[in-house]
Amino acid sequence: MNHAATAPVDRSYMPGMKVDNLKLGMWVFLLSEVMFFTALIGSYIILRYAHPDHWTEPGVILNVPLTALNTFFLICSSVTMVKAFAAIQQGNQKGLKLWLLATILIGTLFVGIQVYEYNILGSEGFVPAVENYHAVGRGHHEAGAPSLGGPLYGATFYSMTGFHGAHVSLGVLALWFVFIKAMRGGYTKEDNRGVEIVGLYWHFVDLVWIILFTIVYLI
Amino acid sequence: MEGHSEPRYFLIWFILLALTVGEVGYAFLDLPKFWLAVGLIIMAIWKALLVALYYMHLRYEPRRLWVLAASPLPLAVIMVLAVITEYGFLR
Repeated sequence: MNHAATAPVDRSYMPGMKVDNLKLGMWVFLLSEVMFFTALIGSYIILRYAHPDHWTEPGVILNVPLTALNTFFLICSSVTMVKAFAAIQQGNQKGLKLWLLATILIGTLFVGIQVYEYNILGSEGFVPAVENYHAVGRGHHEAGAPSLGGPLYGATFYSMTGFHGAHVSLGVLALWFVFIKAMRGGYTKEDNRGVEIVGLYWHFVDLVWIILFTIVYLI
Repeated sequence: MEGHSEPRYFLIWFILLALTVGEVGYAFLDLPKFWLAVGLIIMAIWKALLVALYYMHLRYEPRRLWVLAASPLPLAVIMVLAVITEYGFLR
């Protein structure tokens, strides 16, 4: 028996908000996340302008084309996520499952490319540890090459992109839970809040990456 | 957010894609650093707004949620400005 289809949907609103409580809760959580990433971005800006010699021009150390491609993938995952929600709003169970699966696969691809990027950067000496930092720039692996930039570049880069990558990884995990529930028919045209709420988180992660990509890779 | 026609999600996706390509191209133009930063930040904010308004459906939510969603932005500015005062110390 499908309980989700028969149980009454609790749509309690906080007085005066006109927004479902679960959705409101996710929004409040996301607002706390804004402050979390603001702390990281704010620290990055100040450190960069206090020590400009630690940074290099865009594309010298970081692989901009690869990350632009990864940004494209994350944007694609946002459209698949919103299509999953649109599908279940119309009662389209098959569409929900397919779009959710696409979002999971693209999200996993994003994390995979980020790990690959970290591996390459690490092999080129771009590491977060101050004593081991010896970045030599893209495609240079030879020993004894002069270092580019300074350790603050590596430390801030890995802090910001690492925390974002952790958020994407948790998002993929949450999407798996939603996908498994969707496979069991847990969402209906009337009650699809789980899809909407995990979707809000996923789009927020995409939004944060849009800002990080610009600040960390392009400026 | 019930009771509105479905936004043109793929059109938004295409604009986001075009802005990303535009950003990467713009970042490597031979312009003063200040104007590069201004242009790139404008495009990033544009993209972030498109995601928030259409994919997060903020455009179709009650105004009270708009106020709630915007509430951390002044706090974020205050936090960054407060940290800027450490600039001299960090040097």
